[in-house]
Amino acid sequence: MTHPAKSSAAPPPAPGVPTIPAVPPQPTPPGQPDQYTRPGPQGGPGLPPPPASPQASPQARRTAFAEGADRLRAAATTEPGRLRIIGALLALLVVAFGAVTAWQTADRSAAADDVLNNSQPLSSAAADIYRSLADANTTASSGFLAGGQETAASRERYEKDIDNAAEGLVEAAANSDPGSPAAATVADLNRLLPEYKGLVERARTYNRQGFPVGGAYLRYANEKMQKEMLPKAEDLYTKENQRLRADYADATPYPWAAIGLGVLALAGLAWAQHRNYRRTNRVLNHGLVAASATATVVLLWLVVGHSVARADLNASYDDGVRSLNVLHDARIASLKARGNENLTLVARGAETKKVGTESVDAYDYDFKTNMATLGKGLAEAEKLADDTTGEQPVTQAVGNMAEWKKRHGAARADDENGNYADALARVIGAKGATGECFDSVDANLAEAIDHETTEFEQSAGDGLSAMTGLSAGAAVLAVLGAAGAVLGIGRRLSEYR
Amino acid sequence: MKGGVTMQGRRLRARLRGWGGVGAMALVCAVALAFALLLPLTQPRDGGPGTGGSGLARVTQARAEDGCPTPAMRDAPEKQSLSPSGADGKTIEAIKNRTGEKRKLIVGVDQNSYRWGYRDPNSGGTGDLEGFDIDLVHRIAKDILGDENDVQFKAIPTDQRIPAIQDGRVDMVVRTMTINCARMSEVAFSAPYFETGQQVLAPKSAPITGYDGSLAKKKICTATGSTANTKLTGDQEAGSLASSADLKTTVPNQLDCLVRLQLGEVDAVVTDGALAASQAAQDPTVELKGDPFTVEYYGVAMKKDADDLVRRVNQILVDYRQDKADGWQASYDRWLSATLGKDSSTSEPPAPQYLRKS
Repeated sequence: MTHPAKSSAAPPPAPGVPTIPAVPPQPTPPGQPDQYTRPGPQGGPGLPPPPASPQASPQARRTAFAEGADRLRAAATTEPGRLRIIGALLALLVVAFGAVTAWQTADRSAAADDVLNNSQPLSSAAADIYRSLADANTTASSGFLAGGQETAASRERYEKDIDNAAEGLVEAAANSDPGSPAAATVADLNRLLPEYKGLVERARTYNRQGFPVGGAYLRYANEKMQKEMLPKAEDLYTKENQRLRADYADATPYPWAAIGLGVLALAGLAWAQHRNYRRTNRVLNHGLVAASATATVVLLWLVVGHSVARADLNASYDDGVRSLNVLHDARIASLKARGNENLTLVARGAETKKVGTESVDAYDYDFKTNMATLGKGLAEAEKLADDTTGEQPVTQAVGNMAEWKKRHGAARADDENGNYADALARVIGAKGATGECFDSVDANLAEAIDHETTEFEQSAGDGLSAMTGLSAGAAVLAVLGAAGAVLGIGRRLSEYR
Repeated sequence: MKGGVTMQGRRLRARLRGWGGVGAMALVCAVALAFALLLPLTQPRDGGPGTGGSGLARVTQARAEDGCPTPAMRDAPEKQSLSPSGADGKTIEAIKNRTGEKRKLIVGVDQNSYRWGYRDPNSGGTGDLEGFDIDLVHRIAKDILGDENDVQFKAIPTDQRIPAIQDGRVDMVVRTMTINCARMSEVAFSAPYFETGQQVLAPKSAPITGYDGSLAKKKICTATGSTANTKLTGDQEAGSLASSADLKTTVPNQLDCLVRLQLGEVDAVVTDGALAASQAAQDPTVELKGDPFTVEYYGVAMKKDADDLVRRVNQILVDYRQDKADGWQASYDRWLSATLGKDSSTSEPPAPQYLRKS
């Protein structure tokens, strides 16, 4: 462990240091008598050496602070005192570096963990709640409002949507902080869902009896869904997305404080070693070298680990979350379009809207707007898709959409000509109806969403694992480094005993 | 000069002082009058039916609002139609000149009025509409275009009936539409084809007895733009309906009122007796309360200048009522006898009069 006071090969002469000292050098601070300072009788272990000058003789009634400052000043006048101060400062710097690193990386890693396991799943769940509710409504109300009794398939789809929405709400409730706006929204939706379902059940009962009041119940249920529930579900989705973005913002910034302290600690260690060399001509002090090594490792680990994590997280956002948002929006647009297409037939031209000087069907106008949104969304998703597996379903959805538009045009022409039954068959019929196209668009978007979710989970998971152990490692290494600094200085100090 | 001015000033002041008493009295009178006029406004407006002052206000207001040019029109708007004729004019020519698939009569109807214009959910998914109004539409289409199925139905909410005609979205509206003076300034009506009156519908267990004081503090549902809505709002302003009755619930179709009633969101529904009976037929726990409190007639509404079409529809109505085999009576028996009773005499309007000359 210990080195010789002087390396066997003669070191290059250092400026200001006597050449080839035969004995351990006796640095001479300016203005101080050259003397060996040993722990005096008054100076217990750990206490600074007694003041060497008579001016510092104890005076009556001094404050502890002033006394401490005096002692420090006195200590700084002797080499062992200075060494003690340097050792303490170095240890403090290395420990602070480790602590700040542990704290900042723990924060970031917790945020990254939230992104992966909390806010992104919640944002997807919220999108799913919205989709399930909208799909349930489209399935239950429109198809049957337009064409009599619902089919077994549409009933099953409705029930599945309601189950999905209920499950999503339970999950969202479990994951939202009590008293937060998101929790209030979830509570509202939990209250409205059974109300909505009750209205639909009543509608079914009356429908079976052949009473048109069943249709009136469905209109009421539809109104509740469109005016109260869907806006709330959309709001929940927006809030969860904001949370996701906030978690990303917490996870990705560089830990500048930790990096700064690391650089400072390394600079301090380098200076201490250089000072040591200047005074003793000894190149290596084991303790200080060990401290430098650990600090370097922590700093490198911090910078590299964080950069990798940051790159992975950014990739998970760019390749995953952005695509997912676009795909979710496109899916919702296609749902809205389907709902409006059905309502066009349900309302039979009752609602019109002035566009310029022309009066057009209000629901058909909305349908066209939704389809434009869908088209834009699909184009964007195609651009964002970074591999063929992700691109393929989107391309297929684009094809489905084109076919949907074509069939929709034919259905509209029939309706405009008063062939209501034909138009109905073209929209909600079994074969060759626009319903098929809508289902294909929906299925393809679901596939694309699945793929992007997997991509997101991979990238974000990689990012999270790049930070694994960083906080704990930084803490342990910092303690070791501080110990090294103390030991290294202690080694020098022991030469004064 | 100076003395003269003082003299004049003093005289003026004296004169003013003489008028002062009169002025003060006038001021007191004006304040008292203002108080007397404002007093009714500061009282809680809970007055029962027919307090004298507000009744007077009602008459003036009614005259200002209903837009009736003559008292005869207000008293019997159903008589203000053109005499029947089978001749084609420019409106009918335009309909007949529609080509291909579009050669259809476009008619605004209801799809939510049980036995008037509705879709039977168990009819097999064709979406065909049926009912008393729909029968009449098929008859008109057959007469004008030759085929009773040359019709394009457009379902329209109550408050869209007049705009739909004015915008030319439909050729006519056959949708339990009451002939009244206010609507006559916007559309043209045929002769009446049905007689009814406003009635109150409420749960059997409710303490409501009819269109009277028992509606105080009750929530009443009406359809937006309906006769019932106009009548109730007018009566409440006039004071003949308790001001505590809550009329805020208005819905697109009268049937939506039954939903609100069943959900307990309202206590009573006011609509045409014929439609109220349709609602009662769908729910055995509600019933019509009291007698009809108005007399109204349904007519076919058309564009204001479509004289030939109005005359033609009136001619069709004459034939329809005479046709015992498959006309008015047969349609009544098929759709309405179950809800309105076998006896159709209270529903059949009196022999039409055609007092409108142009």
